[in-house]
Amino acid sequence: MLGYILRRILAVIPVMLLVAVFVFLLLRLTPGDPAAIIAGDMATPAQLDRIREAMGLNQPLHIQFVTWVGQLLRGDLGVSLISNTPVATMVADRIGPTFSIAILTIIMSVAMAVPMGVLAAWKHRSAADYAVMTFSVLGFSVPVFVIGYIFILIFSLQLGWFPVQGYTPIGSGFGAFLSNAFLPALTLSTIYIALIARMTRANMLEVLGEDYIRTARAKGAPERTVLFRHALKNAAVPILTVIGSGFALLIGGVVVTETVFNIPGIGRLTVDAILARDYPVIQAMILLTSFLYVLVNLLIDLSYSFFDPRIRY
Amino acid sequence: MLFKTRNFDDAPVVLEAKGLTVSLPDTKGDPKVLKSINVTIRASETVCLVGESGSGKSVTSLAIMGLLPEALKVSSGTIHLQGSDLLPLTQAQMRELRAARVAMIFQEPMTALNPVLRVGDQIMEVMELHTSLPAAERRKRALAIMEQVHLPDVPRIFASYPHQLSGGQRQRIMIAMALVLEPVLLIADEPTTALDVTTQKQILALIDELQQDHGTAVLFITHDMGVVAEIADTVYVMKQGEIVESGAVETLLRHPQADYTRALLAAVPSLSPRAARAGADDAVLRVEKLNKVYGGGGILKKLPTAHAAKDVTFTLSRGQTLGIVGESGSGKSTVARCIMRLIDPTSGRILLDDTDIATLTRGGLRPHRQKLQVVFQDPMRSLNPRWTIADSLIEGPLNYGTSRKDALAEAARLMQVVGLPTDALARYPHQFSGGQRQRIAIARAVMMRPDVLVADEAVSALDVSVQAQVLDLLDQLQRDLGIAIVFITHDLRVAAQICDEVLVMQRGAVVEHGPAAQVLAAPAHAYTRALIDAAPGRSWDFHNFQEMRDPSHAEPA
Repeated sequence: MLGYILRRILAVIPVMLLVAVFVFLLLRLTPGDPAAIIAGDMATPAQLDRIREAMGLNQPLHIQFVTWVGQLLRGDLGVSLISNTPVATMVADRIGPTFSIAILTIIMSVAMAVPMGVLAAWKHRSAADYAVMTFSVLGFSVPVFVIGYIFILIFSLQLGWFPVQGYTPIGSGFGAFLSNAFLPALTLSTIYIALIARMTRANMLEVLGEDYIRTARAKGAPERTVLFRHALKNAAVPILTVIGSGFALLIGGVVVTETVFNIPGIGRLTVDAILARDYPVIQAMILLTSFLYVLVNLLIDLSYSFFDPRIRY
Repeated sequence: MLFKTRNFDDAPVVLEAKGLTVSLPDTKGDPKVLKSINVTIRASETVCLVGESGSGKSVTSLAIMGLLPEALKVSSGTIHLQGSDLLPLTQAQMRELRAARVAMIFQEPMTALNPVLRVGDQIMEVMELHTSLPAAERRKRALAIMEQVHLPDVPRIFASYPHQLSGGQRQRIMIAMALVLEPVLLIADEPTTALDVTTQKQILALIDELQQDHGTAVLFITHDMGVVAEIADTVYVMKQGEIVESGAVETLLRHPQADYTRALLAAVPSLSPRAARAGADDAVLRVEKLNKVYGGGGILKKLPTAHAAKDVTFTLSRGQTLGIVGESGSGKSTVARCIMRLIDPTSGRILLDDTDIATLTRGGLRPHRQKLQVVFQDPMRSLNPRWTIADSLIEGPLNYGTSRKDALAEAARLMQVVGLPTDALARYPHQFSGGQRQRIAIARAVMMRPDVLVADEAVSALDVSVQAQVLDLLDQLQRDLGIAIVFITHDLRVAAQICDEVLVMQRGAVVEHGPAAQVLAAPAHAYTRALIDAAPGRSWDFHNFQEMRDPSHAEPA
C-alpha cells in the first residue's frame, strides 16, 4: 500500500511536467511576439529589446523552459504585467475565499446529495424518487449564473436572509463567513448535487438488488442498517469517482459564481487576467487548477481501498 | 442406498403452512404463484422442497421469512411458527424473528455475504441486532460458532473479508451466521448448488451434524434429486406453484405416484457411463502438451505464477465426445479457452486438421475460427439482448461470405432442427426460456458448420428435464453432422450421459484419461474416486426407482 501511494505520487510528476510544457508553450507559440504582446501597441523597438532581454526570450527555447521551471520550483510564478506585483502574492491573496467556498460547496453537496440519492433508490418509483430526479434534471440544465440570480432574488432580495453579495473571511467569525458564503456555495452545489444524487441513486439501486442485501434483511436488519451499513459502503466507489471528476465542474463554476456574488477569489482573478492578457497570471492559474485537479483525484483513488477491501494495490 | 427413515410423528411441529396462496395482485388476472400449498416441518426433520425453476420453491421460503418481493402478496392461507401465525405480524415483529427463530442460507455464497465487511463482523451483527450481549461476549460466541462449522484458523478468518475465502468457507460463514442464535427453523435455499461436489458433500454433512446437535428443523430447497436422496426425511415435489406429491423420501423415490414426479426422476441422468461408440481414426483435433501459465509478469518484482493447465494432451476424432471434468479451478475452462484461442496458450500445440492454431496470429486464425465453435454456460447472457435471433444466427456465416438469403434459409432450417418454430427468428432472446435460448446458442454454433464444438458447462444452468432435451439435441446433431464435441462439465452424471472419453483434471493437470466406461466405472486415480464418491445419491438409480446395480459392472446401455 505504501509503495503504491509512493508510486502514485511519483506519477504526478510527469503529468504536471506535461501541463508545464503546455503552459510554457501557450505564451511562446501564440501568434506574434510575446514581447510585443506584453509591451503593448505603443512600445518602441528599444523597449521590446529590453523586455526580451529581461524575459530571456532571446535564448533557445529549451533553455527558457528549464529556467522557467526552475523559477516555478522556487515558488516564483513571475510578475503580473498589469499590476507589476508578484503573481504568487496575487494568488495567495485571492485563494482564501475560493478555497473556503469550494470546501463548503463539497460538504453541502455530499451532505444533501447522498441522502437524496439513497432515499430515491430506497423509495424507487415513488413521489420522492421522481422529486429527486426532477431536481437532478433541473440542476444539470439551468446555468449557474441563472441559479445564482434566482437565489439572490429569493433569499436576499425577497426574504432578506443573506446579503446580496460580498465576502467575509472565515477569520472574522464563522457566522459572518457563512452568511456571505452560503448562497454562492448553494449556487455552486446545485449541479454537483444533481450529479452526485443521480450517481448515488443509480449505484444504490444496483447494490440494493444484490444478494447480500437480501442476506442482511434475512438477518433481521432494520432498513436504516440495510441502507447505510450494508448498501452505501458498497455503492461508495463510483460516487467518490464522480465527486472527484466533478471537481472540474467546480473550477468552472467558481469563475461564474464569484462574478455573480462579487467575491474576490481566484475565479475573478483568472477572468480579469484573461481579459487583460496578463500571461504570467493565466499561466499560474492553469498550473494551479490542474495541480489541484490531479491532487484531488489522487486522494480519491487512494481512498477507494478504504471503502472497498477488494481494491488492494 | 441408505435413506433416512426416522419417524417424526411425535416431534413438535415447528412450521405449518396451510393453504398458502401467493399472487401477483397488480398483474392482469391476478396470477397465482403459489396455489394453496400445505407444508409441515417438525423439530429435527429435514424437509426437501424439490422442483424445477419457476415452480415456487423460493417463493415459499421467502413467504415464510416475510421477504417476498414487493410485487408478490400472500392472498390467503396461514403460516404458523411453533403455533403462532406469522402473517399478521408487523414488519418490526418479523425482523425480530428473522435469524433469531427462522434463519436462512442462500445459494450463492460468493454474493450472499457483504463484500466490504469483515465476516466476523457480519456474524456478530446478528447478535447485535437481536441480543443485548456485550461486545466481548458477541465476539466469543462468533468465534465459537465458527469453530462449530469447522472453519480452519478461526481468528484469521474472523478478520477476513469474503473475497479472501473459498466458496465452501463462505458457505460455512453463512451457516454460522444462520445458526449462531440457534433458530428453530433453518431454511436452506439451494445452499450447495454453486459448490463443487466434494465441498457440497462437506456442507451437507455439516448441516446434518448441526441439525442433530441443535434439533433444528430444516427446510431444504433444491432441484438436485441426488441431494434429496442423501439428506431428506420428507420430500415435497412442486410444480408451477402447486405441491404435486409429498411423502417420506424412500417411498417417494421408490414408488412415485404423480406423473410429474416420475418424469422428474426419470430425467435425472444416470451415473453409469454410455458405451464408447466405434471411434473413427479420423482425428480432427489434437492437443499436445498444452500449457497455460498466468502471472509471472511485474515490472518491479516478479509476480507469482499460476499453472492453469499443465501438459494437457488428447486427441478427438470426428463424431466423438470428449468430456473434461473437474472442480472449479481445475483448469478445464482454461483448456477450452485455449482451444478456442480466446486466450493464448503459453506453450504446446493445438492441431486442427493438421494446422497448428496455437501460435497463429489473429489474422491467420480467422479462416480456422469457423471450424471451432463454442456454446457457453449461461444462455441468458451469451446472446445479444438487442439483436433478433436471426441477426445472432446469421452474423457468423455473413462474416465468412455467405449471402444473407442463404444464411437466413439455413437459420430457418436449423430452428426446426433444434425444435423451435421458424418465427422465433424474428424475436429477441428475452422472449425465450433458458432451455430454448441454449438451443438457439447451439443453433448459432452449428450455423458455422464447425468441425469441433466446445460446450463449456452448456447444460449446467438448466433444469434436469431441459438438460436431458439439450443433451439429446447435441447427440442428434453429432450423429447427423459428425461434429466432434469437447464437453466441459463439473457434473459426472452429465459426463456419463454424453461422453465417449473422459479426461479428469485437478489443479491444471490431467490425472486420468480414458474411455468413459472405464474412468467412471473403474476409476484408477484417487481424485476421480473422490469425485465419484461425492456425487450425491450415486447408489440410487432414479430412472428405474431402485438401487443402482454395482456401477463397476454396468452393462453398456
